[in-house]
Amino acid sequence: MKAFSMLDRKLIRDLARLWAQSLAVALVMACGVMTLILALGAARALDDTRAAFYDRTRFGDVFASATRAPESLKSQIAAIEGVSAVATRIVNPVIIDITGMAEPATGMLISIPDHGDPAVNRLYLRSGRLPEPGRDNEATVIEAFAEAHGFRPGDRFDVLINGRKRSLSISGIVLSPEYVYAIGPGDMVPDQKRFGVIHMHRSVLEGAYDMNGAFNDVSLTLSRNADQKDVIAWLDSILEPHGGTGAYGRKDHMSDAFLDSELTQLRAMTQVIPPIFLFIAAFLVNMILSRLIALEREQIGLLKAVGYTNATIAWHYAKLTLAISLVGITIGAIAGTRLGHGMASLYGEFYSFPFLVFSQEPDLYVISTLVTFAAALIGAANAIRGAVRLQPAVAMRPPAPTRYRNLFNASAGGFRLPFSQLTVMALRHLVRWPLRTALTTLGTALPVALLITSLFAFDSVEHMIDTIWFQADRQDATLTFAMDSSEDAIREVSRLPGVMAAEPFRAAAATLRNGHRSRNIQIIASNPETDVSRVLDRDFAAVTLPPAGILLSERLAGHLGLVTGDQVDIELNDGQGRRVLVPLVGVTNSYVGLNAHMSREALDRLSGQGGLISGARVIVDESRLDDLYAEVKQTPAIASVALQGISRQRFRAVIEENIGISITIYVTLAVIITFGVIYNSARIQLSERARELASLRVFGFTSGEVSSVLLTELGVMVLLAQPLGWLIGHSFSVLVARGFETDLFRIPLIINPSTYAVSSLIVLGGALVSALIVRRRIDRLDLIRVLKTRD
Amino acid sequence: MRSDTAPSRPAIFDVTGLTKIYRTGEVEVRALNGVDLRLEQGEMAVLLGPSGSGKSTLLNIIGGLDRPTSGSVKFKGEELAGASDRDLTLYRRNHVGFVFQFYNLIPSLTAWENVALVTEVATHPMPPADALALVGLESRMDHFPAQLSGGEQQRVAIARAIAKRPEVLLCDEPTGALDSATGIIVLEALARVNEETGATTAIITHNAGIRKIAHRVYSFLDGQIASCELNEERIKPSEVSW
Ligand SMILES: Nc1ncnc2c1ncn2[C@@H]1O[C@H](COP(=O)(O)OP(=O)(O)OP(=O)(O)O)[C@@H](O)[C@H]1O
Ligand SMILES: [Mg+2]
Repeated sequence: MKAFSMLDRKLIRDLARLWAQSLAVALVMACGVMTLILALGAARALDDTRAAFYDRTRFGDVFASATRAPESLKSQIAAIEGVSAVATRIVNPVIIDITGMAEPATGMLISIPDHGDPAVNRLYLRSGRLPEPGRDNEATVIEAFAEAHGFRPGDRFDVLINGRKRSLSISGIVLSPEYVYAIGPGDMVPDQKRFGVIHMHRSVLEGAYDMNGAFNDVSLTLSRNADQKDVIAWLDSILEPHGGTGAYGRKDHMSDAFLDSELTQLRAMTQVIPPIFLFIAAFLVNMILSRLIALEREQIGLLKAVGYTNATIAWHYAKLTLAISLVGITIGAIAGTRLGHGMASLYGEFYSFPFLVFSQEPDLYVISTLVTFAAALIGAANAIRGAVRLQPAVAMRPPAPTRYRNLFNASAGGFRLPFSQLTVMALRHLVRWPLRTALTTLGTALPVALLITSLFAFDSVEHMIDTIWFQADRQDATLTFAMDSSEDAIREVSRLPGVMAAEPFRAAAATLRNGHRSRNIQIIASNPETDVSRVLDRDFAAVTLPPAGILLSERLAGHLGLVTGDQVDIELNDGQGRRVLVPLVGVTNSYVGLNAHMSREALDRLSGQGGLISGARVIVDESRLDDLYAEVKQTPAIASVALQGISRQRFRAVIEENIGISITIYVTLAVIITFGVIYNSARIQLSERARELASLRVFGFTSGEVSSVLLTELGVMVLLAQPLGWLIGHSFSVLVARGFETDLFRIPLIINPSTYAVSSLIVLGGALVSALIVRRRIDRLDLIRVLKTRD
Repeated sequence: MRSDTAPSRPAIFDVTGLTKIYRTGEVEVRALNGVDLRLEQGEMAVLLGPSGSGKSTLLNIIGGLDRPTSGSVKFKGEELAGASDRDLTLYRRNHVGFVFQFYNLIPSLTAWENVALVTEVATHPMPPADALALVGLESRMDHFPAQLSGGEQQRVAIARAIAKRPEVLLCDEPTGALDSATGIIVLEALARVNEETGATTAIITHNAGIRKIAHRVYSFLDGQIASCELNEERIKPSEVSW
């Protein structure tokens, strides 16, 4: 019996008595801990794994491509100050033909040295081996693609290399640091079946593309204190005469940028979600403890009277708080760890790392524990301070009756408010503790806000799908030619089987500048009036491309610091080095990437070469899709094909799965908060007012009427919480949409009225259940006992 | 016969010129207005007086629960009036036992545990069971306050107060909430403790009949001591007329 002191026994029994309330608080804390562990753990897993993988495979720091550069430049590039390794390569898009799959897949065909590992961007071999010298048809493929098709080393598939169909034999399956996130042209989410990365010997590709002694792609690693900007400038000046399209750093590398945006999102989540929970938990702890201490006023006075020190008493209540937190932390840590494994395997589907382990380092748990303890103790501090301040002599006396303000007075001034005395009781009680009422209202508003912030993704994605695939890029497929062709090519495209409409476009790599700001970008030029693929302005209206001038997407204009009417300094990366000032004639809406649009006429004038097109966007008769696919696979002039129709379906499927998972989580979290807040405040009100309510019962009010006093109060707070929640939810959504915005994509802020309604309904439902539980307690109120005890 | 001027035993409390003024906003209440008082080692004193005359205020001050506005309170020669919070806490812990009108038991602890609550922080306590036996509750040790009658609860409170073997036992209307029969049982417990442990005992009461069980009786009026009498003949608690 010596194990527990008497105060500890009191503590254990208090906990047992308050178990439901304590559990409600512990669950809210658990949510905070879980999201913290999840987000921190996932971010760390991703960050560490990425660093280790990049390090091991010597992922490049700077990348550039050109049309055709002599290999002799390699030594010049290596001599740039700060460059530690250089790899020159031949990289080309290819069309892949897989038996049994009607639609063509696209791929990147990348050269590796005939002998030895590449100096930059090494491959990580998963199975099999690298191609053997002399075996010209051997190739490696990336794992995601191999898995999607069930390929093993030794299997074969066909590719169209520079117009010639070639059957390749898979020697090995690899991972590449350049394609951790492997996304095909025109796709918005990875489609492992339709995008492959193939590595073959340099000598083979030199032959196939007639690139003897030449390269069209270069990657560099830099020494530790190199100045990346300088290196890029030097590299650009070396490659410019050879069609260099502008070098860029890792930040603009597609795969790494996606990883970065995932990390950004995780960090944003760490900073927003757990604090919400910890704030609510602190508030609930404060509420429960204040009430407990008020109830135990005389006990505290007694403890002081018999010689317990303030420190002992403070520690007693702190321990109660810590005990509740400990339950929360334990549940949160278990849930966080389990979900973390789930998250890691979800990442495994999207990101190709040799390993991805959810980080379970102890410090993660230590941090979560400390943060939660701190939040709980901050919440408890005020209440505990009250206990310490209690003068023992005063504490022994029953507290003076609470003074209420004479508000909502039915008889005052002859003006009768249409409230019953019961309602007046409820309202006065609300006004008596304005801070508590405000915090409870806020506590109820937060789950509404949380729901809106997560549910709005549905609205936004629907809007994105509509805008991208039904308003802007309405084509079923985009065919890109191996090289720019004459306008006549469009007629041949129109003659392809199933093609009902075809619109030409020309793409030209360019550097856009404004003062010291600059961006490398593809300018897309189309006919002034298009129907298949349209450029939308900020009001989603189709734009007619003017004969002169350029249009930039909002974010790109922002990057360059340009507004409509400004001059854009444009240099086409065609090796001629001509710079022309072109007026910015409009800003366009875009959710994906950075975009620059011109009319073909304007681009022709800019380049000094008219009548060229780079590809076509086509509308296809669905019943003849397979014929078109078959034809495309045979057509040497078509270098790559993006299938917008399939992209759209895939996007919807992937996004909806992801959103579906996160919404399940958020709804659970919101319900937990609602329950934690409403149930606790109802219980506390019940405890504070048990005598009052019991007296009402003695006076002959029905238990329904008596409950109404309490439920009116709750109802008022819950209703006030709704508009507040909408407001906060809207603000959070603005922050989330902004936080998620990268150069890769942008989530539009679209919140449908139904989203507000659904969020409110879920919270109202949670509140109703909590209220009903408390209502049952009112029905069972033991009148004699309540009236006998002094309060 | 003993006399005020020539004490036969050493003073345990020596109170001189004690005043206590409560200020609530504009209003000033003189709860104590120049009180001089002496309690001797081992004696049993009864404090009488109308409601609001300052009895509880005095008891709280000599018990170290409250501080006087002016004046001096000496406990065995040590001044309490200017003592720090810490010193007062130690003083209460080591020397004083309290019994209150409303028992003030911790509802979530059993009778035994309520007593143990105090013995845990005391220096020379008696076993909780012994203290409970002294008040005749050895058979109810595992009951929670809610399972005890008012008189039983008060006896637990007395057991709790005496379990640490305090030098002083201060009781503020210990029988105030009890009927006569139960009141007598409680008084018997107090008298027995006073005899067996030698604790100086002060009892506030509204029941003038109780005065006869004391060695000394102080009567309060308007924050002052109106009279102090010594009983030559003490009666047993069972003889108290209620
Ligand atoms: N905290 C306080 N603030 C203001 N006045 C107080 C306070 N405590 C006591 N008083 C006043 O001091 C006076 C003495 O109070 P005290 O409690 O000592 O009386 P008492 O003799 O014990 O009365 P009773 O027999 O009713 O318990 C009373 O007028 C009381 O109103
Ligand atoms: Mg009193």
